[in-house]
Amino acid sequence: MTDIMYREALRRALDEEMQRDPLVFIMGETIAERGGSYKVTEGLVKKYGPRRVVDTPIAEASFTGMAVGAALVGCRPVVEILFIDFAMLVMDQIVNQAAKYEFISGGQGKVPMVLRTQGGAGNGLAAQHSQSLEALFYHIPGLKVVMPATPHDACGLLKAAIRDDDPVIFIEHKLLYMTQGPIPDDEYVIPLGKADIKKPGRDATIITYSYMTLKCLEAAAALESEGISVEVVDLRTLTPLDKETILASVRRTGRAMVVHEACKRGGVGGDIAAMLMEEAYDDLDGPVVRVAGKNTPVPYNVRIEQACVPSVEDIVEGVLRML
Amino acid sequence: MAHPPAADRSSRPTEASPGIPEPILLGMYRNIYATRRFELRCIELYRQGMIRGYLHPYLGEEAVAAGACAALRPQDYIASTHRGHGHCISKGADLRLMMAEITGKATGYCKGRGGSMHISSKQLNHLGANGIVGGGIPIATGAGMGIKVQQTDQVVIAFFSDGASNNGVFAESLNLAGIYQLPVIYLLENNHYAVSTPIECATGCCDLAGRGPAYGVPGICVDGNDAREVYRETLQAVARARRGEGPTLIEASTYRHGGHHVNDPGLYMNPETLAAWKDRDPLVLMRRALGDEAKIRAIEEQVEAELEAAVTFAAESPEPSVAEFLAGIQD
Repeated sequence: MTDIMYREALRRALDEEMQRDPLVFIMGETIAERGGSYKVTEGLVKKYGPRRVVDTPIAEASFTGMAVGAALVGCRPVVEILFIDFAMLVMDQIVNQAAKYEFISGGQGKVPMVLRTQGGAGNGLAAQHSQSLEALFYHIPGLKVVMPATPHDACGLLKAAIRDDDPVIFIEHKLLYMTQGPIPDDEYVIPLGKADIKKPGRDATIITYSYMTLKCLEAAAALESEGISVEVVDLRTLTPLDKETILASVRRTGRAMVVHEACKRGGVGGDIAAMLMEEAYDDLDGPVVRVAGKNTPVPYNVRIEQACVPSVEDIVEGVLRML
Repeated sequence: MAHPPAADRSSRPTEASPGIPEPILLGMYRNIYATRRFELRCIELYRQGMIRGYLHPYLGEEAVAAGACAALRPQDYIASTHRGHGHCISKGADLRLMMAEITGKATGYCKGRGGSMHISSKQLNHLGANGIVGGGIPIATGAGMGIKVQQTDQVVIAFFSDGASNNGVFAESLNLAGIYQLPVIYLLENNHYAVSTPIECATGCCDLAGRGPAYGVPGICVDGNDAREVYRETLQAVARARRGEGPTLIEASTYRHGGHHVNDPGLYMNPETLAAWKDRDPLVLMRRALGDEAKIRAIEEQVEAELEAAVTFAAESPEPSVAEFLAGIQD
């Protein structure tokens, strides 16, 4: 095991997959010589050349559509959309084209592409560079949505996403790139659709993903010192959703809370809460709680920015409310 | 609105066919005739209730697809549009599987899931028609990128319309193909209307081919009612693309013989202009160019037989199974 940064883990996944399969290529803005805004693709152009590490103009809709076309003719493209906010420019190609192709064609064609992007607040980038928009993709049949929280999961899941035959929306978090964690020295792949219990516990289940996993683990540690044992389930993949792990955990603890940074309204948490009502009502000792982002655009000022997203205190409070 | 027929804007002779081998000419005629008859038959079936949803006939524009696809090899790709039956036929589609798809049957190209606006065929390297105007342009561009990554000598034709040329992805894609010198032919079918909006009302500059050079891409205007001219220019563009010399924008000037779709009578179209275009009907032009009545008749008889077999096949084919469909949905 070696400790590496989240962004290095992503780079390792890209590197290993490009090495393994000459049909994998990557495209995006300033990803070649500059190595990407978050330095994920640093050094790859030197190793694989400009034919497979392609700098694009600022034309998100079309270069994402190009990934769809390249996937249809046999490649495994990975496109990088610098901010998930900019993914709003590519919705036709993702929602109407990539997500629909296999279905519409009667199974003749698959779209094995990955759209890598990042979201989240915390860097003072204001309303158009700080959103958490995963629910938009979660809503669309035909897409897979992956949101890893640790370097270990980032590497293993990105490799699985690249090898997957369906379009995968791979959403990173801008506050995670510099976080560190151990990853195995030997090659490994983490299958999509498998949640991970990041901390086992008895008294309540927190279901979360991406950066909020770290906050939830902090909250769980704080509660542990007060004798409250919380299980933290990191979904890792939103679609396919690992209902089995969620349900098993909630049936054990009898209490469930969903935590995400995205706005509460229309968020993934509401869907998971409804699923628990439908499938685990008799196992619940109380209502499912949601701790989520405020229903507001993300502001610039650091104090009001922090007020938008769940804090460790909010999560601790949410757990105490349940008990 | 004045939309002079294509010939008035072209300096090329249209009656002679120097240099085009007879099998190519006959093949183009076959595809023009098959498309014409297929579309007319579809309209009948629509009126009889065998086809639902939208149906956008390619009537009047048949020479564009026939001419362009004649310049391709089977392994080359096309991406098509909502008005896509002609592209599909000219790429070599089986009329039975097309008709089955358009009538929503389980035996269709897409198992009845796509319908008229979404036919694709992996076997034909037909990337698909598209319900989103302009939606296929980036996909075709990406197919060109995929070809480049795989280092084959295939090419791609992106069929799209004057309407799509005012969508952002057209500008982006042309620019991208210019940067990477992709083997893509952008075949702009200028039928002069975006649904009912005339092209003069949709752009400040009607020289659509002229948008190519703005991105470093050669732009050529051809008579889209003359399959021979479309073929010649596409052939040159294809040769350039195969040599690694990058994309070409071809504007093929043509005209719909009716409204936007089967239920649009096209009352906004000037009857005199339409009549002038119909005088230069691509079917008639091609028939005149061929001259050989016996060969023409043989082709037409063959197409009629294929078409009736297609209608019978579609009528007798099963509907998709609801249980099978539901079983395939992942929660």
